Amino acid sequence: MVDLSVNVGGLAMRTPVTTASGTFGYGAEYADALDYAKLGAVTVKGVRMEEWPGNPMPRHCEVFGGLVNAIGLQGPGAAPFAEHYVPHYAESVKDAPPLIVNIWGGSVNEYAETAATLTKAAHPLIAAIEMNVSCPNVKAGGHTFGQDPKILAEVVKAVRAATALPLFVKLAPNVPDLRPYVAACEEAGADALSLINTIPAMVIDVKTRKPVLGNKTGGLSGRCVHPVAVKCVYDAHRFSKLPILAMGGVYDANDAIELMLAGASAVAVGTATFTNPNAAAEVCDGIAAYCEANGFASVRELTGALAE
Amino acid sequence: MAGFNETCRVLEHVDAAPGYRFLVLAAPKIAAAVTAGQFVHVRVPGLEKTALRRPFSVFDGGDGKLTLLYKIVGRGTEALKAAPVGCEIEVLGPLGYGFPSTCDGVPLLVGGGFGVAPLHFLAKTLLANAKPDAPKPILFVGGRTAGDLLALDRFRALGVEVRVATNDGSAGVKGFVVDPLDDELAALREKGETFELFTCGPDGLLHAVAMRATGTGMKGWISMDRHMICGVGACFACIQKIKGADGNVFNARCCVNGPVFKAEDIVW
Repeated sequence: MVDLSVNVGGLAMRTPVTTASGTFGYGAEYADALDYAKLGAVTVKGVRMEEWPGNPMPRHCEVFGGLVNAIGLQGPGAAPFAEHYVPHYAESVKDAPPLIVNIWGGSVNEYAETAATLTKAAHPLIAAIEMNVSCPNVKAGGHTFGQDPKILAEVVKAVRAATALPLFVKLAPNVPDLRPYVAACEEAGADALSLINTIPAMVIDVKTRKPVLGNKTGGLSGRCVHPVAVKCVYDAHRFSKLPILAMGGVYDANDAIELMLAGASAVAVGTATFTNPNAAAEVCDGIAAYCEANGFASVRELTGALAE
Repeated sequence: MAGFNETCRVLEHVDAAPGYRFLVLAAPKIAAAVTAGQFVHVRVPGLEKTALRRPFSVFDGGDGKLTLLYKIVGRGTEALKAAPVGCEIEVLGPLGYGFPSTCDGVPLLVGGGFGVAPLHFLAKTLLANAKPDAPKPILFVGGRTAGDLLALDRFRALGVEVRVATNDGSAGVKGFVVDPLDDELAALREKGETFELFTCGPDGLLHAVAMRATGTGMKGWISMDRHMICGVGACFACIQKIKGADGNVFNARCCVNGPVFKAEDIVW
């Protein structure tokens, strides 16, 4: 039996597989369609302090090899989330994996307040915070905080002061050099990195000559972003000791193992779930089979095991 | 509840009209649970690894089988149309909230183009649940041209009266489907009869039918057709502004809060 358990920045996971924020609602939506026992955690859709309506329609467009979305972080607000959505998840899912709650805000204060609200809710399933500082779809939101290392350090520091839960910071791939951003997260007290968010993208309808998305631009996810994620994880792992939760085009175990060899401690399955609701569980099975076949007693041995 | 992710064998796959197909699937689990107005999310054969699923209304369900009626409109349906009898397709469902299964007064079904798909299952359901002396459903169906009128024989075989309008006058009255509908509404009003409106089709038609429901104080059930990603409420891509029970307007998800909404709740 391969030991599949990992600990990512203080978050104990029974397997190295979670879901990617924004693709898995608030955790209960896929009840009965997915084997949750194969998940080490469930990462839920971004929440901020207040309820947020999201972007105008259309909110997505399928492209070859991927998906461009501009959902715009529609959500119920932190207090209703903790009060109603988390208990609903706990009731709907048998042996429910711990939650990584993705948060965002319009100000440094709001980030801290959101983290504090979730922490004070003290629900045993609220197990970690993932800061979205890189959403390309909300003008006043995350993106601004993730594009300047100084502001990034400030907002991570504020959230760090507001919560003792394991703190993940989700970074954008579209920066010239990840180093200053990773360094800012380290200095400000983050426990782990999440890599990568969607890549800014745009689709135009040539018949109408208008942007397809209501928000005009969006974020690209799916198979096509996978090699970008591998490169980002590879870079971050080389110059930082922070553990990495990797996401970006994970459709099968091969995709996940690539990210782990590049340096990830755990992986998240996102867009793949839309086509195959059980994708994350199948990724977990495939990782176990790979470890078994290649003589790895623990999945932890895969992290950074790239042969160079 | 995300429904069953069932592997379904193709039993029959034939043209309903040029550009439209009937797909009959062996789907014991989904067929046993599905109700009229719900939908299924189909993993398209040949595009399993490269495309999102595609949502389809259910034309007929029961006896272990599921019938879909679809229009060939893009990459997904172009690939789906080639699925041969005997091949297996992964189908997630049944999903969403459908139509009510009974009706007070005369059931008026209004379909635009392939919007008739869920109305067939609805007509069958209403007839099965109706008291012996209850009025039978009337289907008002519209299309740009006669070629857009689908499965009318299947409605007539159920005992449903069919009234047709086409924009070019190639079948039925020349004009819009709301023209024969308005005639019927006037006649019913004169007789003082109650009715309910059920509709599926393009947004313009849905709006027109919803206005007639709210304008007459009768119930209206509107099935919204939206592009979807997940189909189960996880992604928030298929929203529609809806007046909630508390009176506040919110972005409802057509896949889990709908696809069928009450006419008076929709904010156009």
